[in-house]
Amino acid sequence: MRAVLAPEALEAIVDALRRRDWRVIAPTVRDKAIVYEEIASATELPVGWKDVQAPGSYKLERRDDEARFGYAVGPQSWKRELLAPSVRLVQIKRSNGGLEATKDAAETKRTAFFGVRPCEVAAIKIQDRVLIGGKYADEDYLQRRESSFVIAVNCGEPAANCFCASMGTGPKVEDGYDLVLTEITGGTHRFVAEAGTDEGAELLAELPQQPAADADLTAAQTVTDAAREKMGITLDRSDVHDLLLANLEHPRYDDVASRCLACTNCTLACPTCFCTTVDDANDLSGEADDRLRSWDSCFTLQYSEMHGGGTRKETKSRYRQWLTHKLSTWQDQFDTLGCVGCGRCITWCPVGIDIREEVAAIRATQEAKS
Amino acid sequence: MKTLDAVIAESPVFAGLTQEQLEFIAGCAQNVHFEEGQIIAKRGDAADAFYLLRIGEVALDIDVPNKKSVRVDTVEAGQVLGWSWLIPPYQWNYEVTATELVRAVSFDGACIRDKCASDTELGYALLMRFSQVIVGRLQATRLRLIDIYGADTH
Amino acid sequence: MAQTLTETAGSLEAMTPVPYAVTAKRRDTYDTWTLELEPVDGDPIVPGPGQFNMLYAFGVGEVPISNAGNFETDERLVHTIRAVGAVTKALCAAEIGTVIGVRGPFGNTWPIVEAKGKDVVVVAGGIGLPPLRPAIYHVLKNRKDYGRFALLYGARTPTDLVFLDEVKSWQCNYDVDLDITVDVGDTDWKGKVGLVTKLIPPAQFDADDAQAFVVGPEIMMKFVAQELMNRDLPAESIYVSMERTMRCGVGLCGHCQIGPTLVCRDGAVYTWDEVESLIAVKEL
Repeated sequence: MRAVLAPEALEAIVDALRRRDWRVIAPTVRDKAIVYEEIASATELPVGWKDVQAPGSYKLERRDDEARFGYAVGPQSWKRELLAPSVRLVQIKRSNGGLEATKDAAETKRTAFFGVRPCEVAAIKIQDRVLIGGKYADEDYLQRRESSFVIAVNCGEPAANCFCASMGTGPKVEDGYDLVLTEITGGTHRFVAEAGTDEGAELLAELPQQPAADADLTAAQTVTDAAREKMGITLDRSDVHDLLLANLEHPRYDDVASRCLACTNCTLACPTCFCTTVDDANDLSGEADDRLRSWDSCFTLQYSEMHGGGTRKETKSRYRQWLTHKLSTWQDQFDTLGCVGCGRCITWCPVGIDIREEVAAIRATQEAKS
Repeated sequence: MKTLDAVIAESPVFAGLTQEQLEFIAGCAQNVHFEEGQIIAKRGDAADAFYLLRIGEVALDIDVPNKKSVRVDTVEAGQVLGWSWLIPPYQWNYEVTATELVRAVSFDGACIRDKCASDTELGYALLMRFSQVIVGRLQATRLRLIDIYGADTH
Repeated sequence: MAQTLTETAGSLEAMTPVPYAVTAKRRDTYDTWTLELEPVDGDPIVPGPGQFNMLYAFGVGEVPISNAGNFETDERLVHTIRAVGAVTKALCAAEIGTVIGVRGPFGNTWPIVEAKGKDVVVVAGGIGLPPLRPAIYHVLKNRKDYGRFALLYGARTPTDLVFLDEVKSWQCNYDVDLDITVDVGDTDWKGKVGLVTKLIPPAQFDADDAQAFVVGPEIMMKFVAQELMNRDLPAESIYVSMERTMRCGVGLCGHCQIGPTLVCRDGAVYTWDEVESLIAVKEL
């Protein structure tokens, strides 16, 4: 089901969602960045804002129009909602010399994610495979995922660090959404909306709308085509799995290691990074242990710690682990790529390490050899 | 039981020697046996003999003052025991003890050594073979420096 | 039989420790103890040979420990633990009656059933013997289904050999070619001195029809595998147990990765040809 919406209809979307007593998480400007927070009105969207990104750099600039979604991606991703940063799984109490363990049955209210980029839809699909598509399903993630309602927004303004086209994840989303919008700012400011599920269609039916004419559909296609062309291809993913595995001792890793601070920003910002740690936190009385699942990063020394020391002591080894996992061994483990080309790791790296550049550097010497 | 000549001819440490050389060596050889616990040599003894073990096991120990001796190696059936007969100062370096009944071929190392002084071809051939035995023992010993069982915690 | 899950299971159950009481405790070496555990309520889990459990010491934490039980005859959980960190020290300090948490079993199993009809070579280093014990008992219980059985056991010193009386009893009561060696001994040590690799050239097995099961630190696995391959045993017939840091044990937290594999999910048992190239890269 398709329709054309005027910008005012976005307020109707928010109203319709709140009428259902759902939480609405959407992009909004806070602390000079576009972040995902709970909103009560469409006026809280980043109206007329765009982001300018470069390796190690992010800033917001005013647009000369009133685009609602005229930016690429901010520092956070929807991972913060689905794979919550810290969750208590089980509480374990000492009792009469024994142990009593009670599972936490946390329930999340139905939540609408309003403004999910195609790369982010792809990232959610990847995390679905990792966290609920294997032998064991993470129940907390599953419950939040089942409570989520996805309103995707196609991209018209890729940032300089975006490379979703190279990774086959954007700038237009094909599936994985309840509703998708494409914003058209040229001519009359409007949105082409398309439902992806029955629930999405139900919501769409409640909104003030016009039928979508061929001209509207063409204009929408042009938006994403232009975005794709603007990005070009900056990472060749066709052979990256074997390329990286054949070059595990490449001297480029020494070069990266001299720059990388192992600060873990990339893993925090990355929408597919899923590593967590399970820690048991004692309360002060010493009578209860909270088993917490919290975000973790392969860049820390403790990450690989075993008796006898850690297995990745050098920064070089940890960067290599991240790069090869993201683009290569992830495929062996989960049958998907681990990277969606959102560019966050490039933008939020304090020293501006660019994953595309690193792969190209390894490939360059590789090609010189053959 | 194989004959002395057969044992010598089949032993890797004499592989490739000429018939004449083998006959000479066989002439310096005889069957011996040691009872369990019998001392074969002590550190500092003149190393004028070496052995091919046919049956049984021999231990090499180092005495440690005020403590139990440390057992640094064992030599089993089929292996050569002793190379110090060929390398100056021709002295045994360990306490050498039979840990069980041992049957071996004993060789008059002093006699073979003297012959090698004039018969340099024989000398070279034997040195080549015994140096491989020594290298094998050295490498096996160095691997034990690594502690491959992770017994020592960090 | 080992529990295996063929469908997706919820993780919360698998993340919740089940109370087990220590019913027996034995000191094996100066830093190794063996605990026997029984569930406080309900039936015990039955791990397969090669599987591991996450053992939880209240207020301290959890560690993965291989199953070492002989469940061909009894249903107690047996774990041999080396006290090297806070959690293992706490577990080793448990007394009879202490309740600890158990979750599992996790990981895959030694293909000991599939080795039927073949010669079996077990090579254990130090406390690498306990993880092989369940597989060994399977062979002993079904001895006539297997060919020759060589059990090669090495440790640093005689005091580092664990389950020694039991191992020697196997030699007496079953058709087992047992060979033991230590890196360095003393005059009370009546056995061989040398690396466990020394025991491989004279071991009795037909390389065309044998499977080897090897447990020890990676460096030991490397030298042992090399020596087995020098005997013409193919790398695909050599099974090893890999170890990496673990948190969840159920393939969700990412910690136990080496290259393309998650040890808790795809291992800990691998063939040598699967891991040889992974071990060869420093800090992979």
